[in-house]
Amino acid sequence: MIAFDGVWKVFEARSGDLTTAVADVSLEIERNQFVCLVGPSGCGKSTLLRLAAGLLLPEQGIVKISGERVREPRPDTGIVFQSPTLLPWATVIENVLFPAKMMGIATARTRERAHELLKLVGLDGFEWRYPRELSGGMQQRAGICRSLIHNPSVLLMDEPFGALDALTREELTLELLRIWSTEPKTILFVTHSIPEAVMLADRVVVMSARPGRISEVLQVDLPRPRSFDMESSDEFQRCTQRVRQLIFGDRRLQAA
Amino acid sequence: MDVLLPLATGLAFVGSWEFACRQFDVPSYLIPAPSAIWADATKNAGMIAGHTLATLWTVMLGFVASIVVSLPLAVAIVSTPIMANTIYPLLVLTQSIPKVALAPVLVVLLGTNEMPRVVITFLVAFFPLVLAIATGLNAVPAELIELGRVCRASRWKELVRIRLPYAIPFIFSGLKAAITLSVVGAVVAEFVNADRGLGYLIVTSTAFFQVPTAWGALIVLSLIGIVLFQMVVVVERVFFPWALSSSS
Repeated sequence: MIAFDGVWKVFEARSGDLTTAVADVSLEIERNQFVCLVGPSGCGKSTLLRLAAGLLLPEQGIVKISGERVREPRPDTGIVFQSPTLLPWATVIENVLFPAKMMGIATARTRERAHELLKLVGLDGFEWRYPRELSGGMQQRAGICRSLIHNPSVLLMDEPFGALDALTREELTLELLRIWSTEPKTILFVTHSIPEAVMLADRVVVMSARPGRISEVLQVDLPRPRSFDMESSDEFQRCTQRVRQLIFGDRRLQAA
Repeated sequence: MDVLLPLATGLAFVGSWEFACRQFDVPSYLIPAPSAIWADATKNAGMIAGHTLATLWTVMLGFVASIVVSLPLAVAIVSTPIMANTIYPLLVLTQSIPKVALAPVLVVLLGTNEMPRVVITFLVAFFPLVLAIATGLNAVPAELIELGRVCRASRWKELVRIRLPYAIPFIFSGLKAAITLSVVGAVVAEFVNADRGLGYLIVTSTAFFQVPTAWGALIVLSLIGIVLFQMVVVVERVFFPWALSSSS
């Protein structure tokens, strides 16, 4: 569904210095798989996401979605950013409808869908409120609805829960999995939380920095639907420990 | 309480002014007492009203001209760096020319009519407005622009649906500056070339030592400035309530 083939991405700073954000990354993500990208800052995970979104073009290599080369943002892709980025001058429902209106595909059915999505995330009753009247968690829920309004087959999420408190993160993790089971789609989820990645994903792609490349791809053999009491299971521990090892190396990590 | 305090202060100020003029027998051709200004103004109410309307006309024409020119100019500035580098120096040039010096030249060019006055008013008022709009259009967070790109919005849609709404608080701060400056510009223009208007009235009445009239005109001008400014504030509050609370 999403395919990276020998992808390189290089950024040039004003001074002329070149930074290789992504070096020779090859990865295949199958249809309706949930894949998490984990890694330290500067490992290129957000860059990889933006390459898939068509917001960036690779210097070398090919990015394909559904077998077609990605040259620009595609209508079958939805994206969620770390900050909700809702339009402050529009109501919640107008915000959710925004992508559809921009793409010119808004119909009466779209409006119904917006109501359904908001209800799905527990925001029914808040359709006519303005973003400033919502908490961070609620705004991000609205942001997720917005990314789903045009029924994308691919959902790209860039640390969407990063700006939220830990309790809301747990809540939205389960909510996201619930939405995904209701409307299956291919999800590429960037995070720097190891437990979050293992809880959500079918496969966890561990990346390393400078230059950004893939260290390893882990298969997470936990049954679905997932829940937080799986955190004590052997498989969960195995996965998180392996990811930690890959990211932090063989340094013994102990509090002094 | 919000209204009472300034009102009380104002009345106290006027009261002490009146008292000081009488107490120290200040000649009315130097500093007229408020009662003298009021008497003069009521006696000449019709004439002052006529001049007020003339000045208001110039102010509004100049203000509207600023808006009409500033908007496309600001859009051009933020469109590409080349445009910005071309337009900015020209803008700064227009600001470095003293308008009072420019006014007589404009009269020769455009004639002794309303035109040079509107042009002067416009030149005085438009610069902060262009800057404010350009700043606002550029201040849009990168993620909102990315959102627009992800939704495959054209540059026009991006401008109208994302950049302009985001820039509203900036635009209004520019409008507030511009309307205040429009009053200044209109008066400057009237000093140089006019046969009507409050600026003209001030110049002619001081020349004939009718000082209370000049003070009256001055007070009317201040009132115009305050009222017009408040009108902009009210428009913002009524049509864009979200802008006042979301602007940081």
